[in-house]
Amino acid sequence: MSRRRPFDPRLLRRVPATRRHFAVLGLCGVATAVVVVLQATALAAVLAAAAGGRLDRTALGLFVGLVAARAGLSWAQGAVTAWSAAAVKQALRVELLGSVTRRDPAWLAGQRGGSLATLAGRGLDGLDAYFTGYLPQLVLGVTIPIAVLARLVFADWTSAVIVAVTIPLIPIFGALVGWQAQVATERQWRRLSRLGGHFLDMLSGLPTLRAFGRAQAQVDVVRRMADAHRGATMRTLRIAFLSALVLELVATISVALVAVPVGLRLLSGGMTLEVALLVLLLTPEAYLPLRAAGSKFHASLEGLTALDDALSALPNEPAPAVGTAVARPGPIVLSGVTVEYDRTTALRDVTLTIQPGERVAIVGPSGAGKSTLLGLLLGFVRPTTGQVLVSGVDLAAADLDAWRRTVAWVPQRAHLFAGTVADNVRLGAPADADLAKAATAAALDEVVDALPEGWQTMLGERGYGLSSGQRQRIALARAFLRDQAALVLLDEPTARLDAASEGAVVEATINLLAGRTGVFVAHRPALLTVADRVLRVEDGKVTEIVRPVPALPTGVGG
Amino acid sequence: MTPAERAVLRIARPWLSRLVGAGLLAAGTELAGLALMATATWLLITAAGQPPVAALTVAIVAVRTLAIARGVLRYTERLAGHDAVLRIITEVRARIFATLSTRPARATDRSGDALSRLVSDVDAVQDLLLRVLVPGAAAGLVAVLAVLGAGVLSPLAALPLAAGLLLAGVVLPWLASALTRRTAAEVAPLRGALAVDAVDLTAGAADLTAFGATDAALAKAAGRAAELARLERRLALVGWAVDGAGVLLAGATAAGVVLTALHAGTSGTLVGVLAVGSIAAVESALALVGAARQRTQLGTALSRVSALLTAPSLDAGPRPAGVPGLDQVSVTYRAGAAPALSDVTLRLPAGRRVAVVGPSGAGKSTLLGVLAGAVRPDSGTVVGAGDPQRVGGLFADAHLFHAPVRDNLLLARPDASDDDLAAAATAAGFLDWVRDQPLGWETEVGEDGGQLSGGQRQRLALARALLLRPEVLVLDEPTEGLDPAAADAVLAAVLAATAGAIVLVTHRLSGLEGFDEILVLDAGRVTQRGRHADLVARPGWYRDQWSTQQADEQGYLAVAT
Repeated sequence: MSRRRPFDPRLLRRVPATRRHFAVLGLCGVATAVVVVLQATALAAVLAAAAGGRLDRTALGLFVGLVAARAGLSWAQGAVTAWSAAAVKQALRVELLGSVTRRDPAWLAGQRGGSLATLAGRGLDGLDAYFTGYLPQLVLGVTIPIAVLARLVFADWTSAVIVAVTIPLIPIFGALVGWQAQVATERQWRRLSRLGGHFLDMLSGLPTLRAFGRAQAQVDVVRRMADAHRGATMRTLRIAFLSALVLELVATISVALVAVPVGLRLLSGGMTLEVALLVLLLTPEAYLPLRAAGSKFHASLEGLTALDDALSALPNEPAPAVGTAVARPGPIVLSGVTVEYDRTTALRDVTLTIQPGERVAIVGPSGAGKSTLLGLLLGFVRPTTGQVLVSGVDLAAADLDAWRRTVAWVPQRAHLFAGTVADNVRLGAPADADLAKAATAAALDEVVDALPEGWQTMLGERGYGLSSGQRQRIALARAFLRDQAALVLLDEPTARLDAASEGAVVEATINLLAGRTGVFVAHRPALLTVADRVLRVEDGKVTEIVRPVPALPTGVGG
Repeated sequence: MTPAERAVLRIARPWLSRLVGAGLLAAGTELAGLALMATATWLLITAAGQPPVAALTVAIVAVRTLAIARGVLRYTERLAGHDAVLRIITEVRARIFATLSTRPARATDRSGDALSRLVSDVDAVQDLLLRVLVPGAAAGLVAVLAVLGAGVLSPLAALPLAAGLLLAGVVLPWLASALTRRTAAEVAPLRGALAVDAVDLTAGAADLTAFGATDAALAKAAGRAAELARLERRLALVGWAVDGAGVLLAGATAAGVVLTALHAGTSGTLVGVLAVGSIAAVESALALVGAARQRTQLGTALSRVSALLTAPSLDAGPRPAGVPGLDQVSVTYRAGAAPALSDVTLRLPAGRRVAVVGPSGAGKSTLLGVLAGAVRPDSGTVVGAGDPQRVGGLFADAHLFHAPVRDNLLLARPDASDDDLAAAATAAGFLDWVRDQPLGWETEVGEDGGQLSGGQRQRLALARALLLRPEVLVLDEPTEGLDPAAADAVLAAVLAATAGAIVLVTHRLSGLEGFDEILVLDAGRVTQRGRHADLVARPGWYRDQWSTQQADEQGYLAVAT
């Protein structure tokens, strides 16, 4: 747990709307402080009069009016902080998700992409506690003590001096005890998370426990570990709650320091009851918001962390200029292309030419750089050195969206989006695209017919799962919808398919290649037979195998 | 009270006295605060009459005691409450685990998401007890006592206080959830949809970019984010209006108390005490608004938890004796779907070596699941299933526990000696690694074996399976993650070390020469069966796959020439 500033100034820059919200919040804070002071003044007058058996109608009316004003202010303050939270979350979500256009798809599909998705999804909701709980108390922690002090100076300056001296004790003790608690908490944290994780560990391992006939025996272990967890948690809590106790006692003792001389002066007749009551009612108000801010800080940490993560994840530099050169379908030339990733070199000094209409198969061990080669042609991967030229135009300077419109790509494992089968196939195609034709060509029609709701079946995260073979046919149908595509890129389209699917997919793939330039990663003899050339990628080097002759007949078929 | 809440309370019964104690301490804290303000007010108003100091001594001591007591009570209340609740959580976790351990595995339970959701669902039980039940009961008790106390001082003034407390403790909490229920119900699915959008935009980035669909997907997500913000703003307007009403209520109650008390001719000193006490009482009753809000948020999580609190009784049907194996077994997971396994027969007398191969999704893991008893067949008979000593071993979902190597191994045979461990580890090619570790058998493996390399992880899981020594040793891809040479060596060592029958599921076809039978599965059916030499000689999936793998491992040219 790192120390965090209570406010991140980057927020004002990223979400300008918050400036207005914070101005309103500040005004609410000032108004609330004034109302608190006036309300205590009115109540003191009411009670002083009542002590003499009189009803001070004016003061009582004023008191009720001020309470109404304070109710309105608390409503306004709550609403404006919640509006601010909603605005910040919306803006950061849109920006975070928008930043995906500037990332490499491989990065996004990995773990860091996953945490970006979590952050943009539920992570930012942690901001609610920070905005509606902590921030307003922080504002009131400044305005109310000042207003109370100002009022006390006029009513009874000795009380004012005591309050002025003791108020700083709250943040000082808060920092001291809070810091102690933090050290203790951190010491326990490892142990706690290990024990807390134990339940998850046991649940994840249930199939294994069952396989060894040990599941029943482990119930007691779960109980024992959960009990140990309780012990460790309680030790931490004892210290964590101590900080709240210390702060409360500091505030109580400070109030007593004020109240004792007030009482004595009342007894000796050196002070009026009304002023004494005012001091009694007003003094605790001065300590309250600072204590509240302290107790809400912990709950808002999660939100602050999410905010920091989000602001740090957003790229600061403006988006790179979009290329404008038009890369028309034509000969593709890789000249001296090297691609380096963080730790590995995927391709080394690759030079090759693919003529229009050629079909090039790529083979090689896994991890050798085959997918990187396809990524270069799609513009997903930029060469570290060297150039990818299409009809003489460098892809680095080309309008990639326009170029990709001339490319049909069948990935190894197509992503299924949360939506209907129709949405998934139509992906990026115009609304009037001929889905049925593409489905027939991709052998997807039989898959769709077998689904419970046909084309309207929901897929993806919360929907219907599809087998590898069915997924592959969705990807092929997407590719068939791009009937204007001149280049077809395929990444192991038949890997991990059952025999029936493989036959259908191979046939559809061969149809897709008809009349187009094709580059495909493939191992199966059935696809290799349609290749004009076979390239072998190994350790980042590309070597050519001329005119392959399959050693074995293709034993597959639909 | 909902059935889910009742189920949680039933579990909590043995710790009820602790919960009640925590509730009483919470009420005591609130009462101490209330009494503190009331006594201090009394003290000042009385002091203004300039009585002898002796008349005030008791009150002065009371104020000091109450001030300290409030802080100390709050501290002990929080500790006692957390202690009681954590004890209950221990029981809840144990029960959930017991239920899941008796329930046949379902595919949906296995996803990491469902599991971590279950872990956080348990926190809902904690919130129900600690943030709804205990403070709610305490606030109710304080309200009753406050009205009684006020009634003693001035029966008439107790009426507006009772009305204010009723509004603050019953009407406002009801309003707080009733006014926001409909909007809140729209927010939850919207948040879910937005989370899915985020996953689609990141995990599906390549597909979106390649097909020029990123902008449309972004626009959809931005639309949802805007809609969510709109709902959240509406919720805030209504929700904070309720809080504002609470502030107004506290002041109005105090004003009502002053008016009625003066009207009833209550002594002037007590009017101040009643007014200040009423404000404190209503403010503590407003805690019920927060409790009501919290409660509405817990509903779904609690019902998920409560569904897992009562373990179904195990129906240990008769276990047929005889030679382990399958006879004409078929499995269909979903009504109307194609069978995952169709009419498979397999006998496994001692010493028999069987390999099961085929494309992914062909039914290999289902076959192992049926053999081991994890999957129940729709038709056909199974012998040996459900008893790890008869059929057991290494399954695809093998999990390594966050514990030392030794504990992970002992899971298979709790009474195994060090020699047994060493023998199993030797066959799995894992012993050298263990010897190299400073802590040896006590080396921690990390979360699901995260501290080990993929290869060592696999070897440890395999060693554990070997330690079991069942009649039929089941091995699902035992050499996955090992390089070809190591895989061949490990497989050979495992075969040599095992006397019983073996069923091996593998995608690598090398090393199967010595097997008695190889089953080729495709779409749940046995399409080919025989020894390696026969299968390589016949056209079909096995021969294709064999030649492709040879090509992969020895270089493409083996196929090309």
